[in-house]
Amino acid sequence: MSTFDTTPETKQDAIVEVMLRLADDRLIHGHRLSEWTGHGPELEEDLALANVALDMIGHAASLYSYAAELEGNEDEDYYAYFRDDIDFKNIAMVELPRGDFAFTIARQFLFSIFSYFLYFELVKTVEDEQFNGMLRKHLKEIKYHLRHSREWVLRLGDGTDESHQRIQEAFDEIWMYTGELFDKDDADDIAIKHKLYVDVTSLKPEWKKIVDETLEEATIEIPDDDQFMYSGSRKGRHTEHLGPLLAQMQFLRRSQPDAEWK
Amino acid sequence: MSEKSQNTEWPLWEVFYQPKDGKPFEHAGNVHAPDSEMALQNARDTYARRNEGIGIWVVPTDQITASTPEDQGPFFDPANDKPYRHPQFYSVPRVVKKRT
Repeated sequence: MSTFDTTPETKQDAIVEVMLRLADDRLIHGHRLSEWTGHGPELEEDLALANVALDMIGHAASLYSYAAELEGNEDEDYYAYFRDDIDFKNIAMVELPRGDFAFTIARQFLFSIFSYFLYFELVKTVEDEQFNGMLRKHLKEIKYHLRHSREWVLRLGDGTDESHQRIQEAFDEIWMYTGELFDKDDADDIAIKHKLYVDVTSLKPEWKKIVDETLEEATIEIPDDDQFMYSGSRKGRHTEHLGPLLAQMQFLRRSQPDAEWK
Repeated sequence: MSEKSQNTEWPLWEVFYQPKDGKPFEHAGNVHAPDSEMALQNARDTYARRNEGIGIWVVPTDQITASTPEDQGPFFDPANDKPYRHPQFYSVPRVVKKRT
């Protein structure tokens, strides 16, 4: 596995790179959401968060599985359990600690809108049939994730003084990690050329429109885009939070590599 | 649970789901939720994750008027000695029987 230099050379390298980026975002976000299981603010919300977590991990699993098929790997679990942090291609936003409920919701909302527009464009663009079928299936669930998190943003923002303050702080804190959603590099260009990906920079105006409308409706002040924006995660430059997450997620599989479900 | 924490619980909603097009809605159970939209989402997450249905209703529990156990006598007992209300005294043709 290469580190830092992840520029794909062939069409197959490009599709695998794109799948791992999509999958890693969803696996790590799903894992963070799963940390709420048993700790949700209400039983019903506990279930909802676990549900979304499972959806996202499911999306990652199907993408890993196809990537493994293309690469001729026998074990799709390799991607989740046997890569180190430097090889993970997820954006930093999804690896940040789960924080409070407001932070979790703010992150899920910003990520879900991005996912929605990304998948919406992808299903129109991607010519690979198996990949496209997968994307269509995921898109249905993404629509629900967006609805769930958007409704919560409105309620927390326009709720009590405390909920308003917490969701405002959450958006202020997470804003510097939103730039990465729209970062584009050589791998993107190759994948775009082969009709396997879309230009993420073109998604920003639509994303921004929904974010601004929702935040305004929720009486939340829109953070300033003109600030330091974190970048580099796609190439393995992660925050200090990813390592401990992977340690917890990968420990059992690595200590018992031959274990099987009986 | 203290009295205070009970008071801050979200209101209760009764959940009904429709198993198939044209079928009547059936009671599934209940959920807590701050308002109707969230009740709908919670109901979906709690009761409709395994292909149970194609439609959901949520109704505030306190909006339901129900009969009480004391009503059982006057409401239901009179039916006991009126077997003629059941269409069981007609002989059903075999063809129809087979179909049902």
